[in-house]
Amino acid sequence: MKIPSLKKLLLPLIVLLILGGFGWVVTQQGPLAPVQVTVAPVVRQAIAASVFGIGTVEARYSYRIGPTAAGRIKQVLVDVGDSVQAGQTLAVMEGVDLDARIQAAGLAAERATASIATAVATLKLTQTENRRTTSLAARALVSQSSADTSQQQAAIALAALDVAKKEQQRLQAEQKALRQQQANLTLTAPVAGMITTRDAESGTTLVAGQPVLTLADPQSYWVKARIDQSQALGLQVGQVASITLRSAPQQVLTGKLTRIEPVSDSITEERLVGIAFTPVPASLSSGELAEVTLQTGQKSDALVIPNAAIQQHDGQTGVWKLNGDSTLQFTPIQTGIQSLDGQVEILSGLQADDNIVVYTSKALSAASKIKVVQQLAGVKP
Amino acid sequence: MISLAARDIAHSWSKYVFTGVGLGLLIGVTFSMAGIYRGMVDDAQVLLRNSHADVWVVQKDTQGPYAESSSLPDDIYRGVLGMPGVEQAANVTYFTMQVQHRGKDTRVMVVGFEPGQPGAPPSLIAGRHVTRSHYEAVADVKAGFKLGEKIRIRRNDYTIVGLSQRTVSTGGDPMVFIPLADAQAAQFQKDNDAIVSGRERTAANPAFNRPNVPGLLEAVQASQTTSHNVNAVLVRVRPGWDATQVAADIQRWKHLQAYTYADMEEIAVQKLIATSAKQIGLFLVILTIVSTAIVSFIIYTMTLGKIREIAVLKLIGTRNSTIAWMILQESIGLGLVGFIIGKTVATLWVPVFPKYVLLLPLDAVLGLLVIVLVCTVASVMAIRAALKVDPAEAIGG
Repeated sequence: MKIPSLKKLLLPLIVLLILGGFGWVVTQQGPLAPVQVTVAPVVRQAIAASVFGIGTVEARYSYRIGPTAAGRIKQVLVDVGDSVQAGQTLAVMEGVDLDARIQAAGLAAERATASIATAVATLKLTQTENRRTTSLAARALVSQSSADTSQQQAAIALAALDVAKKEQQRLQAEQKALRQQQANLTLTAPVAGMITTRDAESGTTLVAGQPVLTLADPQSYWVKARIDQSQALGLQVGQVASITLRSAPQQVLTGKLTRIEPVSDSITEERLVGIAFTPVPASLSSGELAEVTLQTGQKSDALVIPNAAIQQHDGQTGVWKLNGDSTLQFTPIQTGIQSLDGQVEILSGLQADDNIVVYTSKALSAASKIKVVQQLAGVKP
Repeated sequence: MISLAARDIAHSWSKYVFTGVGLGLLIGVTFSMAGIYRGMVDDAQVLLRNSHADVWVVQKDTQGPYAESSSLPDDIYRGVLGMPGVEQAANVTYFTMQVQHRGKDTRVMVVGFEPGQPGAPPSLIAGRHVTRSHYEAVADVKAGFKLGEKIRIRRNDYTIVGLSQRTVSTGGDPMVFIPLADAQAAQFQKDNDAIVSGRERTAANPAFNRPNVPGLLEAVQASQTTSHNVNAVLVRVRPGWDATQVAADIQRWKHLQAYTYADMEEIAVQKLIATSAKQIGLFLVILTIVSTAIVSFIIYTMTLGKIREIAVLKLIGTRNSTIAWMILQESIGLGLVGFIIGKTVATLWVPVFPKYVLLLPLDAVLGLLVIVLVCTVASVMAIRAALKVDPAEAIGG
């Protein structure tokens, strides 16, 4: 009698199991299942607005050192990485014919000195001649014409002396200019710093202004960063920055916003800023990528929601608010500052302790059936 | 009145249930196949829905950015934004690549987007939206990344800050959303060796490396490494404006190609996945025919197995209509058991599939109608066999 009763029980059990499974599948798993959502309250808390940008480490002042006239390099005395003092000789250009030209100018000046002596002698003679002829003419012993001629001769001799003196001055100035050029052949460091590039070697012929070496002051290293224009609101000189170098991603360096360029990059739509290190770390590498985070403002008491809650619905920006009777209502909102950890300040549209939907497994509508869960299915912790 | 069918089933219910389970598994496979087909079409459409765009502006004479490659200068959007009826216009880039993840390759579609603009990731299921303008990413949950993990795209590491769901390319590859500027750089960035050898090649070209023009070589090299291109501009139309008209205006006056949602849907569904969708569709048809045949044979043989009992019924004077009704009821009952089990197992195994499988309630209703119809038709054959039975067989050998 035991077996038939078991058999009688088994059939309804199986039918129940199958029907139950089907019912569960249809209502909980398939397309008719409620949308899983997570809910968070709107909270009052402090929020700090920050902006993020990337840039490169650069020397704020960098000196490109080269000759002022075309020429050939004789010697480069320093190499990349060398520290140099202000006034130290860095490289020497070859003079080519400069020495000979200085010598020629000197000789020409000496010749001019000799010309002055000749002119003085001529002047003396013509002046004596003129005095004599004038006294003879007064006594009508020579013609007035000869007297005029000798007077003219004296005037010419005086002018010739002046020409000779000026010629001497000119040649002396020429020699001085050549000496100055000779001094320019020595390339010296304008400031103390470090050699960052060596662009030409001895024997190379350069045009005027082409650099031989680049000198940078390691103390002037800063980060030239680019901030997206959409985030640039609130940037102010003096704001504290944290800098992360690509070579040391775990290490956070401190800096200060020291310059906001008045001209933005119109192609990339970015604002250019300069951030000084405080203090400047040792062994920086110019051109290294750096990530910069600037704190632009903060509020000690603001209505705050996670940014994942903000949705687009019917062309409006807002959040899905959960009413007490677990119905959904789309509420348009106005947002204020946003922090880098994904918190957004609410200016209007929500009250403190309103419950809003943060994550959803499907797009929501006002008629959606929802099921509030701690974490959505499929998300691994 | 007692139900003959119920009594008959209760008599040998285990056989009946097992037949139903077998049939159910077959129906489950058919449902899954329909789901795979629907999922494929939905993959193509979800990309369009997620972009929240009304008009796609792409390179002239191309069907980009999904079906063909398209490249536009990234300042085009400003001109588009100035067109009447345009509310929002945003640059986007798309490119498919393999991302290294825990030692193996994951195929993803990298999307470059601007926050708050069309093309940005829709709702999340975990984490947060991107807040930094560089090196953060939102990834589709199917890609298998976890929050806080770093993935490498070309040269830079990106931190996964948010997870999204149902954000896939037309081919079903999960998407990874990264800021536009990073995506532009990544899309056209070569590896370091290629960049260095490219510089050397330029330096070896006497046209670019003139001794009397210092700085020219550096200028040429700098111009080679920057990219200011995007794949498409997504446009949202102002309320009250006709997207078709806005698209036509852009096409006419900006000399670009502009597609509305309907155009894009046609490209994505009719052209991009046409062949593979047909392939699956044809297989679905064959599978349905095969299932129909198997259902018919099962019911037929089940009736033939009871031929002796039917002869007894006839012998005791049961009316033909009562016997026919019993067979029909059993047949439809079997179909219903099969449907319930098939629908259940299909729903249960669907999440395991690597690509998206979409089970539509409409498909299930259609399936149910087909099953009832097939069972009715199949029972007709069985009823004919049953009615032809000679009552004498009940006592004969």
